[in-house]
Amino acid sequence: MSVDTATVRHIARLARIAVTDAEVEALVPELNNILGWIEQLQEVDVAGIEPMTAVIPNSLRLRDDIVTDGDKREAVLRNAPVAEHGFFAVPKVIE
Amino acid sequence: MADASTYRIHGATGEWEVVIGLEVHAQITSKAKLFSGAATEFGAEPNSQVSLVDAAMPGMLPVPNRECIRQAVRTGMALEAKINAWSRFDRKNYFYADLPQGYQISQLYHPIVGEGEIEILTDDKDESSAKRIGVERIHIEQDAGKLMHDQHPSFSYVDLNRSGVALMEIVSKPDMRSPEEAGAYVRKLRSILRYVGSCDGNMEEGSMRADVNVSVRRPGQPLGTRTETKNVNSVRFIMAAIEYEASRQVDILEGGGTIVQETRLFDPDKGETRSLRSKEDAHDYRYFPDPDLLPLELDQAFLDECRASLPELPDAKRRRFETELGLPPYNAAVLTAEVETARWFEALLAGLRNPELARQASNWVISDLFGGLNRIGRSIEDSPVTPAQGAQLLGLVADGTLSGTLAKQVFEIMLETGEDPAAIVEARGLRQTSDTGA
Amino acid sequence: MTPETHVTSLTDLGVAEIRDGFRRGDFSAREVAQAFNDAVEKARGLNAFIVTTPEHALVAAETADSDRAAGLVRPLSGVPLGIKDLFATEGFQTTAASGILEGFIPAYESTVSGKLFAAGAGMLGKLNMDQFAMGSSNETSAFGNVISPWRRRDGSNAALTPGGSSGGSAAAVAARIAPGVTGTDTGGSIRQPAAFVGITGIKPTYGRCSRWGIVAFASSLDQAGPMARDVRDCAILLEAMSGFDPKDSTSLQLDVPKWEDNLSSDIRGKRIGIPKEYRIDGVPEEIGRVWQQGIDWLRDAGAEIVDVSLPHTRYALPTYYIIAPAEASSNLARYDGVKYGKRVNPDHGGLAEMYEATRAAGFGAEVKRRIMIGTYVLSAGFYDAYFNQAQKVRALIAGDFERVWAECDLLLTPTAPSAAFALGDKMNDPIAMYLNDVFAVPASLAGLPAISVPAGLDEQGLPLGLQLIGRALEEQTVLNAGLALEERAGFNARPEAWW
Repeated sequence: MSVDTATVRHIARLARIAVTDAEVEALVPELNNILGWIEQLQEVDVAGIEPMTAVIPNSLRLRDDIVTDGDKREAVLRNAPVAEHGFFAVPKVIE
Repeated sequence: MADASTYRIHGATGEWEVVIGLEVHAQITSKAKLFSGAATEFGAEPNSQVSLVDAAMPGMLPVPNRECIRQAVRTGMALEAKINAWSRFDRKNYFYADLPQGYQISQLYHPIVGEGEIEILTDDKDESSAKRIGVERIHIEQDAGKLMHDQHPSFSYVDLNRSGVALMEIVSKPDMRSPEEAGAYVRKLRSILRYVGSCDGNMEEGSMRADVNVSVRRPGQPLGTRTETKNVNSVRFIMAAIEYEASRQVDILEGGGTIVQETRLFDPDKGETRSLRSKEDAHDYRYFPDPDLLPLELDQAFLDECRASLPELPDAKRRRFETELGLPPYNAAVLTAEVETARWFEALLAGLRNPELARQASNWVISDLFGGLNRIGRSIEDSPVTPAQGAQLLGLVADGTLSGTLAKQVFEIMLETGEDPAAIVEARGLRQTSDTGA
Repeated sequence: MTPETHVTSLTDLGVAEIRDGFRRGDFSAREVAQAFNDAVEKARGLNAFIVTTPEHALVAAETADSDRAAGLVRPLSGVPLGIKDLFATEGFQTTAASGILEGFIPAYESTVSGKLFAAGAGMLGKLNMDQFAMGSSNETSAFGNVISPWRRRDGSNAALTPGGSSGGSAAAVAARIAPGVTGTDTGGSIRQPAAFVGITGIKPTYGRCSRWGIVAFASSLDQAGPMARDVRDCAILLEAMSGFDPKDSTSLQLDVPKWEDNLSSDIRGKRIGIPKEYRIDGVPEEIGRVWQQGIDWLRDAGAEIVDVSLPHTRYALPTYYIIAPAEASSNLARYDGVKYGKRVNPDHGGLAEMYEATRAAGFGAEVKRRIMIGTYVLSAGFYDAYFNQAQKVRALIAGDFERVWAECDLLLTPTAPSAAFALGDKMNDPIAMYLNDVFAVPASLAGLPAISVPAGLDEQGLPLGLQLIGRALEEQTVLNAGLALEERAGFNARPEAWW
């Protein structure tokens, strides 16, 4: 599998990373080089193998339904680039 | 009204059948969020019920809330669905300002609940109108935050109080064929959730909302292309959205056009749906198992407790009311449709000395009590008349103390004052005249 | 002894020596903290720290001194440490060496750094690293390269890499400006830099150290661990860092063993596996020589050497370079200019444009490359071919280890396929850079404990390390064999201070 400039733009769009034309041109061979290299996994016979789910055997613990957190708006908003009236503020979204 | 099962749109070129599937998002009743210890209460100050996990601070990790898992399992059991003792959480990746992690933790590949079904009555008075609607699956996921667009000229504001609240997504099969069936399905689902106690069903506060999938086809033909109308938040709007969307699709098809598979939005003011996202923005959610969470494995003891804690459900209760109490099917259906009504009625029954009065009591609840509450604008949960008082009143009629007409007068006073009927009768001398000589 | 030489000698001490000397009353914690703070200041040329926090070290030291006066000592009282900038530190900038988090001051302390501080340690500063721990040379940091304190014997004075991603951590210990540090290891980020600078570093079993508060790179692989001058110091620090954390769903609910108390270089009867697949083409002859030396040392220590096979080893790196970028592409979605860190608003831009501009400006080239790869392998139509295939191969790789434990108790391999290279040498060839971790990645994919111990010098006088991989949860076996190697290697080379 290999990527072209259109695919690179599509991936960059999905990843929300702005790319210039020059960056796209540079990324195409770079990504193809890496993708070509990881392609070798296709030759591994995985018939009957389940994908790994937990690297060390362990089971998911569940916590009790108790309110133990929240009520810390200042800490939540402290690092926000823009926060107003207790809200995070983002460029206006038109739905 | 046309029989719901043969609901048809009469287009210019002939008849069309509507095919409807619903994805209902129901907020799971819990004190704390699905993966954090922040509170879920409605109506708090913005961003006050937000933990560092909900705000997706770097290095924060999710730990699941047992109660949310339990409620989803109990709901699945109430729908007689397959419970998957092994399930997993996946990440659904997309960017939006109400989604602080940049992904929603959900379940795609291995949902916690598999296939089940819900029986609906399209006509309350007629059990032969029963129809089984398939449930495809139920999965657990996080709710997103809330965006406010009208507070500032150039900013949208983000409130993360809802971010991370637990939702069940209950996905139906495309088994519904009319707006009425869809309405009956949502009402029934809501009723079951409230019986189970897994969701308060409060659509105004957003505790329940539906994504409505609609397509049309010529009767007997393969499924047409569907559209998905997102986040419709009342039964009335769901039905209106289906009607509008079905007619719109018929118009397009009859005009020689094709239906675009897309996400749409319902505008309650206009009663219309409109396209929400353009095609070039087509989403690719890149689902993959959440590496912060291990597979969710439920042991038998957990499942046993879930089952043991299920209450009698509306269908079973309705049948019992018919067979054991001899109630007419309509009365049984009305008295079991809402869990509060059923609870009130059963408390009333418990107060009656004579079980033979059940049928009479059911009539009294449906006509007198409902009528009275309706007049004073109260719901049964905050009825001024208690079930014990209702039982007392029915007893006074049964033993001949009160005539039917006097009972109605006494009931009016009870509604107004909340006093016991015996006290009212005593204080105001409202006994039947035949008893005055006693 | 003049006061100056006294100060210098304090920074020559390791974790155990400082702890014990402090307890004996040989010196005060404040003296130690001051000595290391001064050393950190003098070593700015190494660029090992992104921010220094001398006041944190001093406050902890003063607490230790007054505690000691009151008869109370904690496990790490008097010991100042460096903390990798991947660990959130309350009130101190935490950036993961990325521009996108510049200025981020967490309102919380990572579990691991919190445990170290609760054990009495102080913090000298936040250590430089590869951006979001993505890199093997510390050249992807937004705050500049870390320069290795080591130089080649050829007199060229070429600036060398300390390895990565825990490059600042490695350089700080090697340059004696911190007695011990935290690192994190996703695919070799503790072991490879430890090998490059002649120190010891251990990645414990996945789940031993809580990931809570550590900026996530690849969640199913990330593990914290210590880096220090020797095996004992690593055992001490690992004990303080480990332990069950209910806030991390993947944390192991196990007691922390007494690794230090149970340290013993007596490994008689242990079977050491030598995996044939780790003999790969193009690796310098010296790597093989040091490996053979290690085999001889362990045999000398009474261990039995067995040849073993891990047939899927060659697929480990490509597997890693699917799984780690896939997880990273999702983990790094939260850096969107809304809640913290950098925001770039293009003219007349909406939300999507803000996201794109912020992430384009905030992430470095390697981070973007990995996000792009990860996004691609998860995208519609490719999930099964790439991600699911990789998770299956990962299961095969873990299965290889599982099988080999029937034949041996530990594996001995080189840590890295070369000695430290010059900064700039591999930046234009990502795959050549990725190959640095060829020996480290398999244990990461299987979640196994693995240590790197310095074993010798190459002909340029640069350190080479040996890796020991153990069964899950058998850190003790790994540490003990590491100690046996350490005793026989007698590695005491250190870089000459030029900074």
